[in-house]
Amino acid sequence: MESLYNFTSYELREKLFKKKVSSEEVVKSIYERIEEKEEKIKAFLYLCKKEEVLEKARRVDKKIALGEEVGKLAGIPVGIKDNMCVKGIPATGGSKILKNFIPPYNATVIEKLLQEDVIIMGKLNCDEFAMGSSNENSACYPVRNPWDLNRVPGGSSGGSAASVAASEVILSLGSDTGGSIRLPASFCGIVGIKPTYGRVSRYGLIAFASSLDQIGPLSKDVRDGALMLEVISGYDRRDSTSVNMEVPPYLSLLEEDVKGLKVGIPEELTGDGIDEDIRKRLSEAVVLFEKLGVICETVSLPTLSYALPVYYIISSSEASSNLARFDGVRYGYRDFTGEDIFSMYKKTRGKGFGPEVKRRIMLGTYALSAGYYDACYLKAQKVRTLLKRDFERVFKDFDALLSPVAPTTAFLIGEKIKDPLKMYLTDICTIPVNLAGLPSISVPAGLIKGLPVGLQITGRIFEESTILRLAYSFEQNSGYHTVSVKYSRQKPEESNY
Amino acid sequence: MSYYTIIGLEVHVELLTETKMFCSCSTKFGSLPNSNVCPVCLGLPGVLPVINKKAVEYLLKVALSLDCKIPHRSKFDRKNYFYPDMPKNYQISQYDLPLSQDGFLEIEIDGNRKKIGIERIHLEEDTGKSIHTGTIDKSLYTLEDFNRAGVPLLEIVSKPHMSSPEEAGEYLKELRAILFSLGISDCKMEEGSLRCDANISVNKEDFPELSRKVEIKNMNSFKSVQKALFYEIKRQTEMIERGEAIQQETRGWLEEEGKTIFMRGKEMANDYRYFPEPDLLPLEIDRIWLEEIKNTIPELPREKKRRFVKDYNISNYEATVLCDNFALSKFFEETVRIYDKAPVITNWLLGDISKYLNAENLEITSTKLTPENLSEMLSLIDNKVISGKIGKDIIEEMLRSGKKAEKIVQERGLLQISDEEVLWNLIRKVMDENSDAVKEYLKGKTKALGYLVGQVMKQSKGKANPQITNSIILEELQKKTGEA
Repeated sequence: MESLYNFTSYELREKLFKKKVSSEEVVKSIYERIEEKEEKIKAFLYLCKKEEVLEKARRVDKKIALGEEVGKLAGIPVGIKDNMCVKGIPATGGSKILKNFIPPYNATVIEKLLQEDVIIMGKLNCDEFAMGSSNENSACYPVRNPWDLNRVPGGSSGGSAASVAASEVILSLGSDTGGSIRLPASFCGIVGIKPTYGRVSRYGLIAFASSLDQIGPLSKDVRDGALMLEVISGYDRRDSTSVNMEVPPYLSLLEEDVKGLKVGIPEELTGDGIDEDIRKRLSEAVVLFEKLGVICETVSLPTLSYALPVYYIISSSEASSNLARFDGVRYGYRDFTGEDIFSMYKKTRGKGFGPEVKRRIMLGTYALSAGYYDACYLKAQKVRTLLKRDFERVFKDFDALLSPVAPTTAFLIGEKIKDPLKMYLTDICTIPVNLAGLPSISVPAGLIKGLPVGLQITGRIFEESTILRLAYSFEQNSGYHTVSVKYSRQKPEESNY
Repeated sequence: MSYYTIIGLEVHVELLTETKMFCSCSTKFGSLPNSNVCPVCLGLPGVLPVINKKAVEYLLKVALSLDCKIPHRSKFDRKNYFYPDMPKNYQISQYDLPLSQDGFLEIEIDGNRKKIGIERIHLEEDTGKSIHTGTIDKSLYTLEDFNRAGVPLLEIVSKPHMSSPEEAGEYLKELRAILFSLGISDCKMEEGSLRCDANISVNKEDFPELSRKVEIKNMNSFKSVQKALFYEIKRQTEMIERGEAIQQETRGWLEEEGKTIFMRGKEMANDYRYFPEPDLLPLEIDRIWLEEIKNTIPELPREKKRRFVKDYNISNYEATVLCDNFALSKFFEETVRIYDKAPVITNWLLGDISKYLNAENLEITSTKLTPENLSEMLSLIDNKVISGKIGKDIIEEMLRSGKKAEKIVQERGLLQISDEEVLWNLIRKVMDENSDAVKEYLKGKTKALGYLVGQVMKQSKGKANPQITNSIILEELQKKTGEA
């Protein structure tokens, strides 16, 4: 019999409801897998105690046995990015400054997952405060890409992507501020969804850039992603930026025909900066879509070229303020050698934050300072508005946009970490989507030299169902999603794709 | 050389909402330290603010009462600076799009009305409270109480339209009276629910170059605001006379020493790096809601004052004093409803009752006197059951105990004797005992009448009704004149 960890949540759900397997068996299988893989992959920052988790699984099994109503994700082992608060277990955001911080409350997404009876396995590794594209900025240890342990899994939700790709969990939650779900999904050969800004509550997500952050699912296939998105979406009165709008039944809308949909390919995202092989993959995808009756045309969004500087000004400005609360006064790490409050602040923050976080705090502080505000922050906001309008214009004629997720496949650990600008360019295709608040998905598009690559499909605001449909039909007709399942049956060393 | 002064005031008011500005914690004052806190007001990682609608409503009430403009669109901003009493190390406040702008407050100074402009009114959150052992520089550690963190604060900024400490005092009194009548704050400057900073500059007459403004902080009563302003006028005038330049700076008022001292200069001012709060959507004020709020605004002190003068036949001064104190004016009107002699009530409220309130530092509402009891006592005087003097004697007990006047006079045996037969007997006795005085009167010395009345009063321990006593004695004396 195939190992239980290999299945998707959708498949496991069927087996659980039909009482062919128990959640306890699924969880046991997951722990075995973790024991086998985790030492090499380092996807977890905190793994919940086996006995306690098994107890929770048995409770779900009992409910099912008694014929009680259970949630949509009952008994499914799930991992949570470490920048989300789960009551009673540590949340460090991958930072030393939050060492030993245990939140006394649950994020709204966690409440929603628990309502659907998920089994939380633990907290997943990430770049410090979600700042990074490689997971090398984790204060603890970098995550390794399950496809090649010498390579990065992508960031910042590297642990969330690697754990799903290596079947250490069935599903995971990540967060995406400039590509942090889609990039690692692409690098690890799985599905990652960044919902529309306001679709999912941010309450309980440790803020990096409030106007850009959004929580989303990472999964083995589109169906699983749609299922998890359905569970976590919806208005939350605790998040004033969440939108009070009905959540469509994403799962049941997946199989609707894509014929006649119009998809644009932004020429700005298929230029010289993108690897030849990746451009080839995109062209192949276009051919496949056209076969399915989708109309594909090249489009131009001239403002896309400003996205990177605009993003680094806005996200860093917001981060400089959001991260001010980590001061050693009330929780987390504190340096005790200071003589007064201000030297305590300086020493705590000096030792508590890593270099990339400090770089962005400085950049953001500068951009908001008197005399620079107008030229930096205000100007960036104006350009952001232009960029949004550019997207709106294109979306009058097109139902979705198709592009690469990143210019390359997974790069080597250490390859870009010393060169921030090179690292920042990794997110060139994903960042504009966050600036415009659009929904976007990364879906596997096969392998290049043995490494996975994703395709980015971006939609109109609150039209997640359209991009899910497109991604689903692409996946079902290309079969690329089975690649990662195949992979997970082998040991990394044996991977020969 | 003559000088003129320009003063502007910044007033912070803690709002009497039940919950905090951005979370549902209680705003109750005096709870155990750090008991009214939650992840939001403690600034834990991941939390988000949610605007308290009641606080916005209270602001709009004040704005409408001060004739401010209320823009359709407003927003919140972050004011960034590090301080341990501020959990997020930024304060959610309002920067360039406050909820209201551009109004005025009318004050009366030496009988003349003057409009003081209101620059803006905005909402923000209060900070926690730092507690040091001894003084801040010698304290080994600091304790933080976050109960106050996140309590809604209103900031009311005046235009620099005041030209003397007296005007500043009147502005504060009038403002407090308005806030009080709206019921949105208890306005206790001593407890910090109303705080005031002042901006002041002294300038030479006919001198084009304006002096730099000086901000004064740490004043904890209206009196200290005025004292600090007087001090600052003197200090700045002397500097100008010495030919020294006044620097833009912030100074602190030292109450005990009666002076201001340098706190920080312009170059030490914080760069607060304001930017729009990304966790909150811009605020749009629904015009229908605004109209509903308008309808809940009670009569404001200045209108009330005019009505008092017109309707109750009391002086402008009396009306002012009554209306400056919301509770007193309310008590006045409730009493007038059951006892219609407004001037008499005014005399009592502003006389003996105010004297007691001032001495005990109490509000009328914290005494046990009720409008019913006061009007009953005044009726007793009118009906000659007691004298005015006895009324004055018992009012304090009424304020303290809440007992009815009738009960007090009975307990103390103070009921006025109006029974003519009782008085007759008493008067005969007095006349017998004072035959000399009677003789004097009969000889034409009418002064002796007063003496006899006085004796009756003395023997009756003040209870004899003076008018009746007077007329009976006169009658008796006239009889004796006839006999003689």
